[in-house]
Amino acid sequence: MESIGVLMACPMNTYLEQELERRFNLFKFWTVSDKTQFLKAQQNNIRAVVGNATAGADAELIDALPKLEIVSSFSVGLDKVDMVKCKEKGVRVTNTPDVLTDDVADLAIGLMLAVLRRLCESDRYVRSGKWKKGDYKLTTKVRFTGKTVGIIGLGRIGMAVAKRAEAFSCPINYYSRTEKPNLKYKYYPSVVELASNCHILVVACPLTEETRHIINREVIDALGPKGVLINIGRGPHVDERELVSALVEGRLGGAGLDVFENEPHVPEELFGLENVVLMPHVGSGTVETRKTMADLVLGNLEAHFLNKPLLTPVV
Amino acid sequence: MPTEEERPVVLIHRIPALKQPLASLSERFTLLDPLLHSADSTHSFLSRHASSVRAILCLGASPLTSDTLSLLPALEIVVGSSAGIDHVDLQECRRRGILVTNAGNAFSEDGADYVVGLLIDVLRRVSSSDRFVRNGLWPEHGAYPLGSTLGGKRVGIVGLGSIGSEVAKRLVPFGCSIAYTSRKKKPCVSYPFYANVSGLAADSDVLIVCCALTEETHHMINKDVMTALGKEGVIINVGRGALIDEKELVHFLVRGKLGGAGLDVFEDEPHVPKELLTLDNVVLSPHVAVVTAESFAALEQVVIGNLEAFFSNKPLLSPVKLE
Repeated sequence: MESIGVLMACPMNTYLEQELERRFNLFKFWTVSDKTQFLKAQQNNIRAVVGNATAGADAELIDALPKLEIVSSFSVGLDKVDMVKCKEKGVRVTNTPDVLTDDVADLAIGLMLAVLRRLCESDRYVRSGKWKKGDYKLTTKVRFTGKTVGIIGLGRIGMAVAKRAEAFSCPINYYSRTEKPNLKYKYYPSVVELASNCHILVVACPLTEETRHIINREVIDALGPKGVLINIGRGPHVDERELVSALVEGRLGGAGLDVFENEPHVPEELFGLENVVLMPHVGSGTVETRKTMADLVLGNLEAHFLNKPLLTPVV
Repeated sequence: MPTEEERPVVLIHRIPALKQPLASLSERFTLLDPLLHSADSTHSFLSRHASSVRAILCLGASPLTSDTLSLLPALEIVVGSSAGIDHVDLQECRRRGILVTNAGNAFSEDGADYVVGLLIDVLRRVSSSDRFVRNGLWPEHGAYPLGSTLGGKRVGIVGLGSIGSEVAKRLVPFGCSIAYTSRKKKPCVSYPFYANVSGLAADSDVLIVCCALTEETHHMINKDVMTALGKEGVIINVGRGALIDEKELVHFLVRGKLGGAGLDVFEDEPHVPKELLTLDNVVLSPHVAVVTAESFAALEQVVIGNLEAFFSNKPLLSPVKLE
């Protein structure tokens, strides 16, 4: 398979990169200065694209690669892949579901605890020497046990978050496109109603045209000055400008954010706030899970080129 | 509510930094607070006013020594208001047959929540990557080093008391396996029991220290235990600083012989070994594991409950066994 051209959209994982290099004819898109020229030159060689949450395969790229057969994403979210175009052209698409569910759910709970119990602020307080001086008062910490958690999107990740929060005696409410039968969690037919009926609101749904800015001014107002927003989905789920002004003005109680609208750029107004926790898109960021994800990407590509059933096809 | 004459007398014992106890106490009890009588030294105040005091409320970690106790000949109960009780001279209480109560379960859930928060923080680098983002380093450096997954981690709980058992309950859905060590094996608990902490450490990836500080448990997390835990091992301590040999801990962390630590308590608070202040695999906290807006209300209930039970000869809510 060393002759098969694979285009890697951006740096995402050293092990994956090395393996792709070993097994295929790997092109690293980010090292190319003139991308248009490059695509024209290589259009008959590239049969696969490997993307992730940052860069995938948009319509323009798909159109530029007439021999494209498969897009294998190093992520579960496929908002960076033009699925309609792929279906149209018969391009297969695979992602990495299940293997990252637990890590993302773990981080959601970690963010809730870090925001409510002010873990990062406390750590800063000790590191800066302020504890020794003793003249600075830490901001109020709020109990996590028993707080109502509202989950937007009760898929794999949403359910995993619910299961963990239950161990802290948190009542679980949710919003989903349709109500799920036989669940002990309470369903709300709109995000605003869900936000009005929970203390902590978690975004755990896929990013689509419908869910872009699903967290808007109205939802933020409903969540309120004691409410906490946790975003482990995608940056564009949240109207970031509205979020920032709500946090700065105290209209929202706090936020734990792993994703942003324009990564790696994070609104600097957030840097001075004690009621937010900011992470650099590391929901699946463990050594163990990234290796498993990489093996899944490689496994899907190999299966495809060996004419075997794909491991985790979406299309 | 009892009338003023009916309210039993309770002596308040506190260091000046701690505020007066909650208003609801003075509705039910006559509170004697030496620090409100600045003309007298505490010693002379007690000698003159406290000879018939049967109950003392010890606020926070205010040390209660045998010197003070010796000024209270009629004392029958020490009501504590913190999770730990090592600041009270328990030997002297045992000698005199004085009852002691602690905060009971008032802090268990908050303490357990904090343990889980610290563990996720250490393994998934929450605080250190928050620092990374706030320092504007994400655009420049791209990815942040990967963390380690919680699922499948073997968690060893040192002290399966009220906080320890709440920790275990919370970690199960994260896919952690639980084992513990305790003074005695607990009959109704299904988690594997280890008779000593070294054995537990050898079979664990994470050690959670949440037991009481006593003569036996002082420096129980020592060089041998840390070696047994191994260089990927993580220690979380919300008990007391002196449960861990802090000098060894620093040495292990600085040399990379331990994977990381989440520490809410230290041997000489508020001093924290300066070597820890620059490590990214430790999370540091200023002894606040049970501090939440809600925990004080719960504590109030326990304190009032214990005092009322004592004065009406009913069973205490949270007696400490003085062995």
